[in-house]
Amino acid sequence: MAAKSTLPLQRLVRLENFGHSIDRPAYLYRPTHASQINDLFTLAEKTGSQIALRGAGRSYGDAALAGGGIVLDFQRMNRILDWNPETGIITVEPGVTIEQLWRYIIEDGWWSPVMPGTMFPTIGGCLGANIHGKNNWRQGTLGEHVISFTALLPNGEEKVCTPTRNKDLFYGIISGMGLLGVFTSITLQMKKIYSGDLEVDAWAEPNLERMLRATDEHKEEDYIVGWVDTTVGGRALGRGQMHSARYLHEGEDPQPVRTMRPMHQDLPDTIMGLVPKSMVWRFLKLGINNPGAWAGNTAKYLMNQTIGNHKRYRQSLVAFTFLLDYVPNWEYSYGRQGLIQYQSFLPFETAHDTYQEILQRSQKRGLPSYLGVMKRHRPDQFLFSHAVDGFSLALDFKVRRREHFVQLMDDLNQIVLAGNGRFYFAKDSTLTPDVVQQYLGDGTVRKFKRLKASADPAHILQSDLYRRCFGGL
Amino acid sequence: MSKMPNPRIEKPLNPRPTAVVVGASSGIGAALARLLGQKGYRLALLSRRKDRLDQLCAEINQAAGERIAYAYPHDVTEFDQVPPLFQRILHDFQTIDLFIYNSGVMFSLGPAEYDFQKDLETYKVNLLGGVAWLNQAAALFHSQSRGQIVGIGSIAGDRGRIGNPPYHAAKAGFSTYLESLRNRLAPDGVHVLTVKPGYVQTDLLPAEHPPLPVATPEKTAEAIYRAIRRRKQVLYTPGWWRLIMLIVIHAPSFIFRRMKF
Repeated sequence: MAAKSTLPLQRLVRLENFGHSIDRPAYLYRPTHASQINDLFTLAEKTGSQIALRGAGRSYGDAALAGGGIVLDFQRMNRILDWNPETGIITVEPGVTIEQLWRYIIEDGWWSPVMPGTMFPTIGGCLGANIHGKNNWRQGTLGEHVISFTALLPNGEEKVCTPTRNKDLFYGIISGMGLLGVFTSITLQMKKIYSGDLEVDAWAEPNLERMLRATDEHKEEDYIVGWVDTTVGGRALGRGQMHSARYLHEGEDPQPVRTMRPMHQDLPDTIMGLVPKSMVWRFLKLGINNPGAWAGNTAKYLMNQTIGNHKRYRQSLVAFTFLLDYVPNWEYSYGRQGLIQYQSFLPFETAHDTYQEILQRSQKRGLPSYLGVMKRHRPDQFLFSHAVDGFSLALDFKVRRREHFVQLMDDLNQIVLAGNGRFYFAKDSTLTPDVVQQYLGDGTVRKFKRLKASADPAHILQSDLYRRCFGGL
Repeated sequence: MSKMPNPRIEKPLNPRPTAVVVGASSGIGAALARLLGQKGYRLALLSRRKDRLDQLCAEINQAAGERIAYAYPHDVTEFDQVPPLFQRILHDFQTIDLFIYNSGVMFSLGPAEYDFQKDLETYKVNLLGGVAWLNQAAALFHSQSRGQIVGIGSIAGDRGRIGNPPYHAAKAGFSTYLESLRNRLAPDGVHVLTVKPGYVQTDLLPAEHPPLPVATPEKTAEAIYRAIRRRKQVLYTPGWWRLIMLIVIHAPSFIFRRMKF
């Protein structure tokens, strides 16, 4: 009954989620080549253990953790296998990061059609979660730009998947959170650009209703995103600032060669030319509390509403896209207990009332979110799709008073379900099996179980997220 | 593979702490398990005696109103079973916060009895099993820079008295091992507690002992729990034993070797 062999203790490491709010011990392996993965599947089976897949460890929740299990870290499988600057088609290993990607292609005049808010995740991780950008309405998710991929299944098979070939696996492994198979190579279509800059417009909106309306009215822009002041209540609840942006057409940028250089794109490493950015999170930390967040959000809104209102400017793609990377290690400013992000997706009709209730409830409990981001979405056909024809609001919460905190999150989950909303596994650390079953629906869960039973009959791929969200299924 | 118990952490943002108790089916171990259950721990309970273990788990789960205690039948002298079982418990619970080694045996020895087989069993259960288990726990806690280890030693380890040489030697060895662990793991923020109970009403209470008060396992468990909370290093329980042992430790041999216990 006991396993034949045991995993070596020296492999034990402590792994955390991106927000530093969950940590678990795991036996860590770092494959360098696809040929090693089958051996690791065998190892898991021989030792009665399970495997979670991990890219750069940028998931907000427990998606890339496996307490007491094996974690495969793909950061060393980070080779770019093929690039065609004529067609914009690139083939990468799953551990290639978004940063590697844009640095590699930008000087040839290409950019990824879908980019997350940070450049540090791996492409394998991004596709596992099927991430979106500030252009979800226009461009869909990253998965929609995958031409094909090769994946190894725990049952030993290697599958080439495209939107038409092995279709179920294509739409399942993308968005499947590493629970159905392992990407070994991924081929994506990039987007042609004619400048390294975007033309950006920024303006303030006075309340939630107007924010939602603006997000919807500008959904056909190349990019549209809203920052929401989550700390203010009353009539100004949900006020914020909108940013829309568009790519420059051919000829609009007099010096495209210059703006498409990585040098032009790189974020400055000091603030106002003085303070090294590596120190900024320590100062930020002083303000990551209720009064500090109120003061920060209010000051930002007043600036946006006055001197920053309806300002049009050109901004580099990197500066506009990777907002989260402005302050390196910003997640440490949330202190020892860390943070989570709570992102819910609501249909057009219920979004306003639901978000109003979420913001009010968290403020009333004394656990307001400190940062909110609003986006416009459209549905897609991936297995664990988070998208709806509607909006999402991503809220950053500092973890504290854990018992109350968890209670609040449970309440928010029910509010979102009541509004026919959906969730997003890349961000999640609060869902329970009943909530997951409800938002995914019986059909999706059945389909997932069927795919899992054929691709991974021994249930080798099990992250902590899987055990938490599907343990009872 | 047999169907494993699978305690899920349903709330990763407010996880319940996890304790492993080796030697949980009776005495101090059982009392500690009950107390930790009341204090909100999830429990992996190990012991040779499966029926008593199952009964204890059922009792704790009933008191908690939910399943928090899980039984892992195990004989600590089966050293090669330790690493796979440790891995399995870690996997089942996803994390371990507190690890308690409580297993102990004491055979009664005649005044002129020198039986190596009997002695070997004493060393295996009281010392070597502890080393086998706590090495695993130490490696884990070192890697995660967090965790608490509790070893149940004995006042018997402070001095080699005439009654039971292997028991005294094993407990002395275990105490010294725990001290080494403490010094190794302190830089990682890992806490190691050595417990030295006096006379406690358990299976190990010698039939004849000096006329001193005998503590209950429950009182002893409470003292241990307080010491865990306060991160004490060495606990004599009840506390007055520290004073007695201070005298005993310093008693010169020409007196000590004439004593009858």
